[in-house]
Amino acid sequence: MTGNLKNVNVIGAWLLGFLWLWPLLYAIWAAIHPIEYQVRFDIFAPLTLFNFKNAWAQAPFAQYMLNTLIYVTLTTSSQFVVCALAAFAFARFEFPLKNVLFGLVLIQLLIHPEVVLIENYKTIRFLGLMDTIPAISLPYIASAFGIFVLRQTFKTVPKALDDAALIDGANTLQILRHVYIPLSLPTFVAYGLVSISYHWNNYLWPLIVTNSDDSRVLNVGLAVFSMEEAGVEWATISAATLMVTAPLIIAFLIFQRQFIESFSTTGIK
Amino acid sequence: MIADPVFWKVLGNNLIYAITTIPASIIIALIMAQLVNSALPGRPFLRFSFFLPVVLPLIAVGNIWLFFYLPGFGLIDQIGSLFGLPNTNILGSSETVLWGIVGVSIWKESGFYMIFFLAALQGIPRDLKEAAYIEGANNWQIFRRITLPLITPTILFISVIATINAFIRIEHLFSMTQGGPNYNSALLLYYLYENAFVFWDTAYAIAQSVFLIVLLSIIGIGQIFLMDRRVHYQ
Repeated sequence: MTGNLKNVNVIGAWLLGFLWLWPLLYAIWAAIHPIEYQVRFDIFAPLTLFNFKNAWAQAPFAQYMLNTLIYVTLTTSSQFVVCALAAFAFARFEFPLKNVLFGLVLIQLLIHPEVVLIENYKTIRFLGLMDTIPAISLPYIASAFGIFVLRQTFKTVPKALDDAALIDGANTLQILRHVYIPLSLPTFVAYGLVSISYHWNNYLWPLIVTNSDDSRVLNVGLAVFSMEEAGVEWATISAATLMVTAPLIIAFLIFQRQFIESFSTTGIK
Repeated sequence: MIADPVFWKVLGNNLIYAITTIPASIIIALIMAQLVNSALPGRPFLRFSFFLPVVLPLIAVGNIWLFFYLPGFGLIDQIGSLFGLPNTNILGSSETVLWGIVGVSIWKESGFYMIFFLAALQGIPRDLKEAAYIEGANNWQIFRRITLPLITPTILFISVIATINAFIRIEHLFSMTQGGPNYNSALLLYYLYENAFVFWDTAYAIAQSVFLIVLLSIIGIGQIFLMDRRVHYQ
C-alpha cells in the first residue's frame, strides 16, 4: 500500500471511530457539566457530579440495579441447569420420539419471545406471578438456543470418555458434571455472556409484567424516569442513562475480547 | 387487520426501515471490519468504538440520540448553525422521523455485524492476496475478486439476522418517538404492543402476532439452515 493511501485510510478510520463514539461523548459532556454548559462547548467549563446526584435522588436506581442483578443471575443460572440437562439428553441418549421432541425445541428458535408477549402475559397472570422478578425470568429459562448450542458442543465430546467414567463407577449425572461440563466450558462462557447482555438489555417483556419499583429492572426504570412529563432536565437524563449503562461499559472494557468472541460464535447478542 | 389503514402504514414503515437499515449497516460493517482487520494504528480504539453501541441497551441508546436530535440544542443543530443552517426537528416531523430512527439503528447494529465480517476476513488465506499483488492487482480488484466472493456466505448470514432485528428490535421507539408523530415512526411490533397493552385490544393484537410469527418463521427457517452450515464448516 502506498504511503498516501495509507494515511487517508488512517484518517478515515479515526474519523469513523470518533463519529461512532460521538453520541456517547455528547451524553457524557451533558452529564458532567452544570446545566448552563449543556449546549456551550467550553473546555474549561466546571465539572460537577450534581446531575448524577440529582438522578440518583429522583428514582430508586439502587433498587432497580438490585432487581436487574437478581433477574439476570436467576435467568442465566436457571438456563445453565435446564439447558445442560436437556442438551445432554438430546446429545447422548436414545428415547422414543427423540427427533420429534428436538424438532419442537428447534421450532422455538423460530418464534422469538417478542412476538408471543400476549400469550406469555396471560400465562404469567394465570400463575399469579404478575409484578415479580421470576415472572420476568420464566419465559426465557427453557432456552431453545441454549439447548441447541450445548447439544452441538456435547456431541463433540468423545464417547470413550463416557466409557472410562462408567468403568470408574460414575453415574450419569456425575458424567455430565465431571466430563461434559468441564470440556464444554468455552461454550458455557460464550452462551452465558450472550444471555447476560441480552437480559441486561431486555426491555419490552419486563415493561409489560412489572408495574412497581419493587420489581422493575434498570431499563424499565430508566424509561419511566425519562418519559415523565414533569420535564426532567436533559443533563439528569444523560446522567441516569450513563449510570444505567456504566456496568455494561465497564464489563465490556474488561472483557472486550470475550464479548466479541461470544457474540460471533453464537450469532446472537 | 386488512381493513386497518394504520396497520398498512406501520407495515410500510417497517419495510422501509428494513430495506434502508439492513444494506447500510452491512456496508458500514464491512468497511469497519476492513479497517479493524488492516494494520492501522489505533486498532483497539477503533474496535472499541465500533462495537460499544452493541452492548448498550437500546432504550438508553434512544435517550442518548434523543439529545443528539434535540431541536436547537442537539448536536445536529449545533453543527448546522455553524454553517448557518436552520434548526431541524427530525423527530417531530412526519417526513424525517423514520430517518431519525433508521440512523440510530445503523449506529447500533453495524458493530455487531462487523464481528462476523472480521471473523470471515481473518479466515481468508493470506497467500491468495499476496498472489494477486504479485499479479499486479490493485486493492479494489482484490476486494472485488477475492474478498467479496469468499465472504458471500457471511453476508447472507448477516442479512438474515439483520432482517429479524429490523422486526423485533424496537425499544428505541419507546424512548424516542412512541411511534409518532401520527404513526410515522411506528414499527409492527410497537403497534402490536400498543394494541395489546395500551388499547387492550387483545384479539387484534393476537392477529398481528400471528402475522409476525409467520413472517419471522419464514426468515428463521433460512437462519437455521445457514447456522447449521456454519456449525458444520467450523
